[in-house]
Amino acid sequence: MSSVDSNPSSLLEVKDLHVYFPIRGGVMRRQLHTVKAVSGVSLNLAQGEVLGLVGESGCGKTTLGRALVGLAPMTSGRVFFNAKELHHQNGKSSNHAMKMQLIFQDPYSSLHPRKQVRDLVGEGLLINGLARVEELDEKVLDILEKVGLGVDHLYRYPHEFSGGQRQRISLARALILKPELIILDEPTSALDVSVQAQILNMLKGLQKEYNLTYLFISHDLSVVRYMSRRIGVMYLGNLVEIGPTRSVFENPKHPYTHSLLSALPSIKKGKRKERMILKGDPPTPIDPPPGCPFADRCSNTQEKCRIEKPVLEPLKKESSQLVACFFQNENVH
Amino acid sequence: MTETVPSLIPKSEPIDYSSTNNESQPLLTIRDLRVHFYTLRGTVYALEGVNLDVQKEETMGIVGETGCGKSITARAVLRLIDPPGKIVSGTVEFDGQELLNLHPKEMRRIRGKRISMIMQEPRMSLNPVIRVGNQVAETLLIHESDLSPSAARKKAEEMLQSVGIPDAGKMSKRYPHELSGGMAQRVMIAMMLVTRPKLLIADEPTSALDVTIQAQIIDLMNDLVHELQSSVMMISHDLGVVAETCDRVAVMYAGSVVEQGRVEDVLHNPRHPYTKGLLRTLPDNASENEDLYSIKGNVPSLFMPQQQCRFAPRCEFSQERCFQEIPGSYQVGNNHSAACFLHENGI
Repeated sequence: MSSVDSNPSSLLEVKDLHVYFPIRGGVMRRQLHTVKAVSGVSLNLAQGEVLGLVGESGCGKTTLGRALVGLAPMTSGRVFFNAKELHHQNGKSSNHAMKMQLIFQDPYSSLHPRKQVRDLVGEGLLINGLARVEELDEKVLDILEKVGLGVDHLYRYPHEFSGGQRQRISLARALILKPELIILDEPTSALDVSVQAQILNMLKGLQKEYNLTYLFISHDLSVVRYMSRRIGVMYLGNLVEIGPTRSVFENPKHPYTHSLLSALPSIKKGKRKERMILKGDPPTPIDPPPGCPFADRCSNTQEKCRIEKPVLEPLKKESSQLVACFFQNENVH
Repeated sequence: MTETVPSLIPKSEPIDYSSTNNESQPLLTIRDLRVHFYTLRGTVYALEGVNLDVQKEETMGIVGETGCGKSITARAVLRLIDPPGKIVSGTVEFDGQELLNLHPKEMRRIRGKRISMIMQEPRMSLNPVIRVGNQVAETLLIHESDLSPSAARKKAEEMLQSVGIPDAGKMSKRYPHELSGGMAQRVMIAMMLVTRPKLLIADEPTSALDVTIQAQIIDLMNDLVHELQSSVMMISHDLGVVAETCDRVAVMYAGSVVEQGRVEDVLHNPRHPYTKGLLRTLPDNASENEDLYSIKGNVPSLFMPQQQCRFAPRCEFSQERCFQEIPGSYQVGNNHSAACFLHENGI
């Protein structure tokens, strides 16, 4: 059994997605290099689920999110939403693409500084012909209240709000279109812990109320652990481990997942304790060598690892935890 | 573990922090530090009486959220507060010497040599047009005038090697933009430790780095500091980082220190309502099914001088008195204090 098989009950199905960016140069503008931001990622999201996606810089999680909503080009692969295939064509989004919304990481640059909240949030309705200009105020106010803002905020500009409030505005902008899936790209990274708590609680509440599905992208493992039932770990454009949050945290099988969890600073740990420190820097996704993406930094690399790239496979038959490693059963911790 | 003994200290008398470590005087003593910013919109009372100690060979953490004044405290120590900011009053004693009334020329001899600082974004602190090896060498040349340029360069290379930069000779010829975040931060650490300072101020040194790199840098700093027998003032909003690097920690809120003590005590037995609330908001401490705790209300405006406990409006234990008087700092355990009337009598 593999979760990569087609599953008609999935809200979102991603099959072997690749997102490559060419680097051109020289007099003839030939393609010199390729940035392989996403290298063959497949995953499924069930309705009402929260899937967390973690990884460090360059792992491709943000690019993955953007590709799903058409903000990054899909080089190859297929994406199905509600069993219908998605094609993003030249800025024209298909009807069901509206059901998928993206919340950006930086609340300071993702809101147009010269537009009032009313327009920022209501614009989507106008563009999609879902409301007339006269109805805008009412509809916007309705959704603002759901995110904890009010009538005082309708005619204000983004710079008049704090980071947490701007994230609420971004959320309102997404929610007003009645999406089924929201991709949250580091929604609380720019916020203080206490504001983070408020935003996360609100996200959880909205999810229950509207039966939303979330793809929760973050580098902060403790936040992802709290929000998600399932979690996927990405490294250099590849999904290296995926499974129920608890299993992955308590029993990580991929060497990278293990290092990541081990490196996490926590108040439960004290000063100077045993830790598996990963040597070297995260690699660049430009022209990656063949084989396992983690081969250079793994403590257990064998010859096979540099030739062949491991695919995601369940730990045991019927297991819901999948790992991309030839030696997963030897990675006992 | 020593038993905590409540002590009765009249509130008019400030705590004598230096007596908590009987061995020696603290390396750094900050008393009643006040920093104000005179802006067009009004005066910002950013620091209203900060009291802090850093002992010799100790890593002292300063935690707090945005706007609490932790970075300003660090900059005040180095006298890097520019107009419209002003250090209004207080004392900062370093190794027995008062810093706040030193002649600028004297202060320059201390900055970078005896007290160093590394900041969050290493690539913003490094000169983009000078090769990194030369930048480290420059630090040496400024502070050790009898060193020749070639000797300084050699020492710089050695330093780069000791901070774990592979192929130091080759790397030292690179420019900052050619380095990854982790590498650049290692260069910063090299630059800041090459003069063997007694105090290193680290302002969010790992916040811009990936988790696995952060772990490397934390370990590197712990090792080097131990070897050099230096002290560190570690500023962070990340309690996990503080737990893994610091011996003691001070929690700041809206311009003053609200709790101070050993890391194990403050993080696992917090006594100030703000510290308690802060720890409860961490997802690490929550279980999946319950809502995350969040402290109600917002950080107060700093445009008013402090006339009361600044946390009172958000505190679930506040009484009338909290809105009328400024609490002092009271002993709540061995080497552990909290600025809250609840603990006035050492309970």
